[in-house]
Amino acid sequence: MQRSRAWLAAWIAVAACACANAAAAPVGDANRGAEIYTRCAACHALEYNRTGPKHCGVVGRKSASVPGFDYSPAMRGAKLTWDEKTLDRFLADPLKTVPGTTMTYAGISDPQERADVIAYLRDAGKSPACR
Amino acid sequence: MSFFDYPNVRVARRAMLLRSGAVLSGAAVALLAGRDVLAATTGEAAAGDIRILNTALGAEYEAIAAYQVGAESGLLQKPVLDLAVTFQGHHKEHADVLSKTIHKLGGAPIGAKAKYDFPVASLKTQADVLNFAATLEKGAVSAYLGAVPLFENRDLAKAGASILGDEAMHWAILRQALGMPPVPVAFVS
Repeated sequence: MQRSRAWLAAWIAVAACACANAAAAPVGDANRGAEIYTRCAACHALEYNRTGPKHCGVVGRKSASVPGFDYSPAMRGAKLTWDEKTLDRFLADPLKTVPGTTMTYAGISDPQERADVIAYLRDAGKSPACR
Repeated sequence: MSFFDYPNVRVARRAMLLRSGAVLSGAAVALLAGRDVLAATTGEAAAGDIRILNTALGAEYEAIAAYQVGAESGLLQKPVLDLAVTFQGHHKEHADVLSKTIHKLGGAPIGAKAKYDFPVASLKTQADVLNFAATLEKGAVSAYLGAVPLFENRDLAKAGASILGDEAMHWAILRQALGMPPVPVAFVS
């Protein structure tokens, strides 16, 4: 009896942990992300540098590594690799993640929206526009 | 009076443009407030506000260049061409007051780039140009929406919101010119 209770407790702990992880990392939808990405269009494009750097290939790229783009000292010193986790943190609060960044934007507060944008950026990197 | 209460689209557009000019005057007053008012923001807070203003200034310069590409494309017919030139004029006003305000805060305003990259190869019709402009204006609305809450100085936040309103009017009128519902949603994001 004691043993089965311990098993049950362990199972509940594992399930709770799995649920917490699932809640922390929603699955992104690239189509929804494409629509959300239109919010970035004042400063960013996929294929070319604008007020912000181009986004083709951003997922997996080192921060401050797009040739020809004049990064802020803060971003040059950030030493990040843009994967799902770092992009999620940066998009949630750019100025908290990289204090002094010139991406003076309050961030995307909804985790699902961030996941959608990241999914879009990942897929867009493989699109003909980015080849 | 709403857009739809005017006798025709041309009169409505003129009235809306006049109204946007009035809003911009408010923004200019707030942005160009006396040095004593702006001095209320000092140190790291001022540096943060200067960064926000400079990012906005960079985007405004790019918008001016984009409208120049549109105006010189030969694809815009009157009165759409006049509309584009009017909107470009607004962006020039935004850039001017942003630059002067950065100066007043003790910062160094960035300059316009010598060259901007735009998807000119994909601009083949008037609708292409309008779509491109509408995309930039929608982005500008979002950019200001994301910047306004970050200002330490509330007068600058108010002025940023005023520019946001102007960009939103541009976006709506460009959508109207494209035959799309001018205001597709109740909230911008």
